[in-house]
Formats: sequence, structure tokens, C-alpha cells
Amino acid sequence: MSVIQDFIGISAHDNVERAITKARENESFHAILHLYEERAFAQADKVDRGELSGRLAGVPFIAKDNFLTFGGVTTAASSFLENFQAPLQATAIEKLEAEGAICIGKANLDAFAHGGSTENSAYGPTKNAIDQERVAGGSSGGSAVVVALDIVPFALGTDTGGSIRQPASFNGVVGVKPTYGTVSRYGVVAMASSTDTIGVLASSVDDATTIMDIMSGPDPKDMTTLPPFFAPSVLDGPLKIGIISESMTDDVDSEVRSSVNGVVASLKSAGHTVEEVSLPLLKYALGIYYIVVPAEISSNLGRYDGIRYGKRAEASKLSEVYGLSRDQGFMAENKRRIMIGSYVLSSGFFDAYYLQAQKARTLLINDFNTLFETFDVLISPTAPTPAFKIGENSHDPIKMYLADVMTVPASLAGLPAISVPAGKSEAGLPIGVQLIGQRRTDSRLLALAKQMENK
Amino acid sequence: MVKISDDDVHHLAQLSSLQLSDDEVVSLQSDLENILGYIEQLSELDTTGVEPTYQVTDLQNVWREDTVDDYGVSRDDLLALAPEQLENHIKVPKVL
Repeated sequence: MSVIQDFIGISAHDNVERAITKARENESFHAILHLYEERAFAQADKVDRGELSGRLAGVPFIAKDNFLTFGGVTTAASSFLENFQAPLQATAIEKLEAEGAICIGKANLDAFAHGGSTENSAYGPTKNAIDQERVAGGSSGGSAVVVALDIVPFALGTDTGGSIRQPASFNGVVGVKPTYGTVSRYGVVAMASSTDTIGVLASSVDDATTIMDIMSGPDPKDMTTLPPFFAPSVLDGPLKIGIISESMTDDVDSEVRSSVNGVVASLKSAGHTVEEVSLPLLKYALGIYYIVVPAEISSNLGRYDGIRYGKRAEASKLSEVYGLSRDQGFMAENKRRIMIGSYVLSSGFFDAYYLQAQKARTLLINDFNTLFETFDVLISPTAPTPAFKIGENSHDPIKMYLADVMTVPASLAGLPAISVPAGKSEAGLPIGVQLIGQRRTDSRLLALAKQMENK
Repeated sequence: MVKISDDDVHHLAQLSSLQLSDDEVVSLQSDLENILGYIEQLSELDTTGVEPTYQVTDLQNVWREDTVDDYGVSRDDLLALAPEQLENHIKVPKVL
């Protein structure tokens, strides 16, 4: 059920024009930060003149604004980079452009991708595609909403702890976070290098698979990329699936649980085996994540000093240039994470926090490895609730972090995970189910997701 | 329960090169206390003899030739990004 196919073989100029018109009609969602009209039409003309061809010739898309792109500014939704013109393009963007795809603009996110609601953007929150009083999820909230509103057939996102999957779930689209190292991170604003991944949000599994196929593969500019392994496939028989019992407790919204139970029933009727499994470390995963990730953030965001690029604060002393540029350029959540990172890495606390977290991470990975000796796929809700109200969690960081409780385990272990639409709540809010696989089994997960989509 | 004092916030801000306003110090003090209180639950786990995770995909020693590659980005492109430049240098306020 590819939507992308509808864009191929017709006027690329018209495709871009339609997408931009639709983007303008939907400005009230605040999903898009910048449209790259001039460059998009120039690319479209190249396709229409036959100078640019490929599997995605003339297909418009939108990238999260933490991908470095030509055509306008790349801000990472921060004021720090408000005027930043990228001197290079992300490998993922280059690969899509080489197949003829056209980036028409950039989507909103939590500044520097720190957050789970897209409320932490320096340019204001994105609204949920189904209910404007609710959050889009995050941090790839803008990317999920532009796909849900059919502005473009696919959008790029990044997922460090759930930032593709959770907004996909909140807006009723497919969200793919691949095995760590599947897609080059070169040219994407770094958050936590040990869990940062590049993926896609799309309206169909077929399209998501095509995009992953194009973006994946080793890149000499990112030494953590894996040797080629991704190849689209179909299921070669029934699978053994484990449903994570710790993800289906009373703390989880009852409508979310019944949607997941509905999925389990249809998986069984499709011939798969589904059994309850235990992942006892699940309850510690968020704690591990909020030590390891802020530690990496505090280091990665050290580069924003107001000296080499980005906005420089007015000050007469160099130390004040650093301190004020960073105070003015970062949002509250950026500062919280940088300071937590500084804390857990500082002498006297390193062993108790950072080292303990990395050991606990090993235990979590071991638990997953044991389960994958018996099971092909694990499932859980993508998020414990449907989209919450804008402002509901913004004054309580811990409550906000809990929206990621289901998605961080796969990130910490580098596992591929997909959020697939699994129905709606009584109020009409989308609910997603998460499929998790062993490393390098991305294409099998996608094949299962496709089978579920056809139900 | 972890206690974070105003002095702790100032110290962490200094480590993080953040020149915070007084209001921010107050709100960060309680936020940091709550977050650290939450992540403290990890101390319950027995990790005796467990190897810490260093990376997750079992890649080993990824080598490349030791040659210069500007990845298609020139010195001028990069210098142009700096808020102030002077004769191929990035200009900054006086250090001393």
C-alpha cells in the first residue's frame, strides 16, 4: 500500500507545489519550521527535465530540523542555531536526494531533540494531528504530524530514546527506529552518540521500508555504521512473539492495553505464537537512560560555545561569552540534561551513577539476548498513554520522562523497534504498538508490521 | 534522597559553562533534586562483577587510511560560520 508510488512519474513541480500548499493550509499545527521553496522547486525542475532520476524521483519529504540540509537554516529548534546555514548535508539527505527525493522543508522538534512532546522547541509547540489541544509527542513531533496530515508521504526523524516511535504512536503513523548503526549519523545534530539513530515516519510500512533501504549502509564519515545487512524481505513462516508483561501493568492506560491485546489476538489468528515474557529490568531502563544520555549530552553539547558557529552573546570577557551564549541559546530542558550529565560524570559521583548505569545497561542487554534466544519479536505498547494535553507534563520533568518508559529499553540495547498504528481510543486518539527485534532483524520486523497493516 | 544546594547548582553550572539567572538556579535546584532522586533507584541493582557497556553492536577497531579529507567543506565555508572573523582567524574577546 505504497503512497510514494502516487508521486512518481508525474510532474515533480506539481508534487512540490501541492505539498507546499498543503503545508500552508495546515500552519496552525506548527509542525514545520521552514519551507525550502526555492531549492525544492529547483530540484523538482531537475527531475522534470530528466537530469535527476531514481527510486524517489519527484517525491517530496520533510526532515526534522536537526538534519543538516541546504536550502535554508538548520536550527535544531534552538535559538542558538537560529541563523545557522549548514555547510554540508547529512548523508541520509544526500542518499535520498540521489534517488530524486525533494526536501521541501524542516519539521519542528524539541530543541536539540531533548524532550518527548515537541513543547521544548524555541519556536513553540507542535500540535497533535488529531487534537490540537494535545501534544504531537516528540522529539520528532513535527515529522509525525506532517505525515499524519498527508502533507508529505514520509518524513525523517531521529530516535535516541523513542523520539520517532512515540510521536508516531501519538499521531497514528508508522515510525521506524533501526538497529544502532544502520543509517549514518553524519550531518545530524548529535544528542547521545551511543543511542542516536536515524529513521523514518511514514504513512505505510512499504514506504518506510523503501526509505530505510535507501538510507541504510556503511558510511566512512560515521565509523559506527554497520556493514550492509538491510534488505527488504517477507515473512518466511510464523514467528514466536513475546509480549512483555511488565509493559502491560495497571499503570498503563486501559485503552492502550486493550489495543495491544487486540493486536495479540490478530497475530495469533495469523498463525504466530504469542506468549507472555518477563523483562524485569524494564523498570530500571528509564533510570539507566537518564544517566547515560545526559552524560553524553553534556559532552556533545560542549561544542555550542558561541565562538565557531551559532549565536554569540554580547560580553566583554571570553568566559562570559561561553556562559551567556549557552544560557541564552539553550532551553530549560537542555540545561537540565547538561547539568545532570555534569553531575553523573563528576568525580565522586561517576562510579555511583554513570558506571552503575553502564553496568545495569549490560544486565538489560543480557535480558534481551536471553529472550531473543527463544523469541523472534517482542511487543509492548509504544507509550503508556495516548497523546497528553499540551502543558500537562511541562512542569514535571519526571512525568514527561515516563512517556518514554516503553521505548528507552530498545535504544539502550541498540535494537530495532517499530511503532505501528493499533487503533484509537474512545476519544479518537491514535494508539501504537511497538515491535522490538534482535539487532539486524529490521527487515523481519518491517515484514511483520506489513502483515499487521494488511489486517 | 539526594539534596542539591544552591552551591551545588552553581558548581554544576560552572562545570557546564552556563551562566544562569537567579530564577533558573531556584527552579533547577528542585528539578535536579527530583531527577537525581528518580535515577537513584539504580543503586538497588546488584552489579557486582558485571562489565559496563561500552558499545552495543560488537564493532571492533574500524580503521581508515591516515589521509586528509575535508569532506567537501572548505576552510572558508567553516570560517564563514563564526560570528566574527579576522584574516582567516575566528575573533574572540580578550581572554585576559
